[in-house]
Amino acid sequence: MFARLQSSARFESRAFWTLLAFGGLLVLTGLLAAHHMEEHGHVVTGMNNQVVWGLPHVFAIFMIVAASGVLNVASVGSVFGQKAYKARGPLSALMSIALLAGGLMVLLLDLGRPERVIVAATHYNPSSVFAWNVVLYSGLFGIVGVYLWTMLERRMAPWSAPAGVAAFVWRFVLTTGTGSIFGFLVARQAYQSAILAPMFIVLSLAWGLALFLVVQLTVYLWNGREVPHETQRRMVRLLAVFVASSLYFVAVYHGTNLYWAKQSAFERFILVDGGDFTTLFWGGYVLFGSVVPLVLLLRPGADNATCSRSMLLASALVVFGAFALLYVFIIGAQVWPLDLFPGHVVSSSFMDGQIDRYVPSIWEAMLGVGGLGAAFVLMVLGIRVFNLLPHDPAE
Amino acid sequence: MSQQPSDQPDPTRRGALGVAAAAVAGVAIAPGIHLIEVAQARPAGEPASKSVRWGMLIDASRCESGCDACVSACNRENALNSAVEPRQKPQWIRKITLHEVKTDRKVNLPMMCQHCAEPPCVDVCPTGASFKRADGLVLVDRHLCIGCRYCMMACPYKARSFVHEPLTAQNPAVPRGKGCVESCTMCVHRIDQGGTPACVEACAREGHAAILFGDLNDPNSAIARKVHDVATTQVRADLRLDPGVRYQGL
Repeated sequence: MFARLQSSARFESRAFWTLLAFGGLLVLTGLLAAHHMEEHGHVVTGMNNQVVWGLPHVFAIFMIVAASGVLNVASVGSVFGQKAYKARGPLSALMSIALLAGGLMVLLLDLGRPERVIVAATHYNPSSVFAWNVVLYSGLFGIVGVYLWTMLERRMAPWSAPAGVAAFVWRFVLTTGTGSIFGFLVARQAYQSAILAPMFIVLSLAWGLALFLVVQLTVYLWNGREVPHETQRRMVRLLAVFVASSLYFVAVYHGTNLYWAKQSAFERFILVDGGDFTTLFWGGYVLFGSVVPLVLLLRPGADNATCSRSMLLASALVVFGAFALLYVFIIGAQVWPLDLFPGHVVSSSFMDGQIDRYVPSIWEAMLGVGGLGAAFVLMVLGIRVFNLLPHDPAE
Repeated sequence: MSQQPSDQPDPTRRGALGVAAAAVAGVAIAPGIHLIEVAQARPAGEPASKSVRWGMLIDASRCESGCDACVSACNRENALNSAVEPRQKPQWIRKITLHEVKTDRKVNLPMMCQHCAEPPCVDVCPTGASFKRADGLVLVDRHLCIGCRYCMMACPYKARSFVHEPLTAQNPAVPRGKGCVESCTMCVHRIDQGGTPACVEACAREGHAAILFGDLNDPNSAIARKVHDVATTQVRADLRLDPGVRYQGL
């Protein structure tokens, strides 16, 4: 019985190769875009000297933040001893490595000089938050790799708990580092806030769990399996708690900005008359990325195992909301002009005093999708090679 | 779905996986280990002297509306001949018009890298490509810049530009490169040979002489005496970056 179910959890050979080919195609798309950007320069992108980080950063930061959050599933099992989560630990760790790799691929290929990436490793400025993150990312690969090993290798099982605690602490520091990339920026009005580090931690928990559920529910539906009722109930409630907490932190972030008179014009832009940014914030993040998923997750009977499709929809909407929020957070903040001379109307040949515009080019989108493709390929490979689908004790 | 029993691990596969895992771990972790070894590798700033602090004092009341002699001179001197759209085009110096709404007063001024004593661009640069020379000039090492643009996010003066396109017809004294970030060097190549920045010369040639250049640390220099005698303004003084470029008449 166990062997039959275990083997049934594996991908069918043809399906495996089809999925791998699909992922490979996405990666190829990303590499093609990177080559084009490398050859012609960033002139082929929508980025400019005001909006210096564009759509690739939205993809990269989403994947890096989610890589940290998705590991929470393993942490709940190893650190807090929840059996239902323990069975999902290996998949969670694999997804973490895959997403981090995908995010870093986009980040590195979007550099002006991607071929100099080795410089980032051999010349280190200890005061740079970016440089801290180089160590944090490398470290996460290492720690999660060891953690995964302790979960898969029976002889290493006694080390699973300490490795889990190390991964738990490391990913909190990592997400603090990601939030701090923005939190220490004094130049742009949207940033320079101490709340960004904890906000990114909470966002990572929601986005990571949502992505995990998307993968888990898709694979279960594909295989005609059902997530055990109690497990489904717990994970659905946990996602609801994380989504609500994220919404709260985002509200506090904007609330504190509104409190400062010098920030009110920027907040008005994002929240009221920022056009696409306002629509994306309220419609994309708040309504479809948070409120609708919360309703789907918390409505009576939502935790029933038969509701897998609506849970899948809710999780996918949380991921959609993540992209909407990051687009507003990263791009919306940059199009807003720097306030060099408060109290003056400023104009120049360099967009001073004007709200800039940013239209991402197809190359940027392709690069971002390529990163997602890389994460997808690593996940498909890992699930197939390591047989990482959850095996619940009840099964 | 085809079903294949998998109770027994395949030793060949396990071995291959082990080698692959070790290789991936090596690639991912090695940079992190290596960088700690060479952290103190590059002593920035030599051989410039610490006793000097190059700076500028810009008199906005002498900066003419419609005159862009400083901008043109900068573009010529540094071969900033880009043909891309203005928002992607490098602008090391730009003319800004300030309009004080309450009083309807208008002022013009050139804005460029402020060569801060506490430069945020240097703090955030992951590779140390952004650096401050001993004489206070904030520069970019073209060989270390990886084009991450974090310094552009961090600069409160929007003084930095990214080279968005391949370059041609460069000035050999001013090396530049596609995919790198750059900004006003205060014409370091001229200063090191005892000259003055191109914008300062051009402004004087036009008869405005709105930009005073010199050593802020030398109490006998014209700029130090002027900064001592008249009220000057540091842009975004609230950030306490101690810029080397100061303004009067704002």
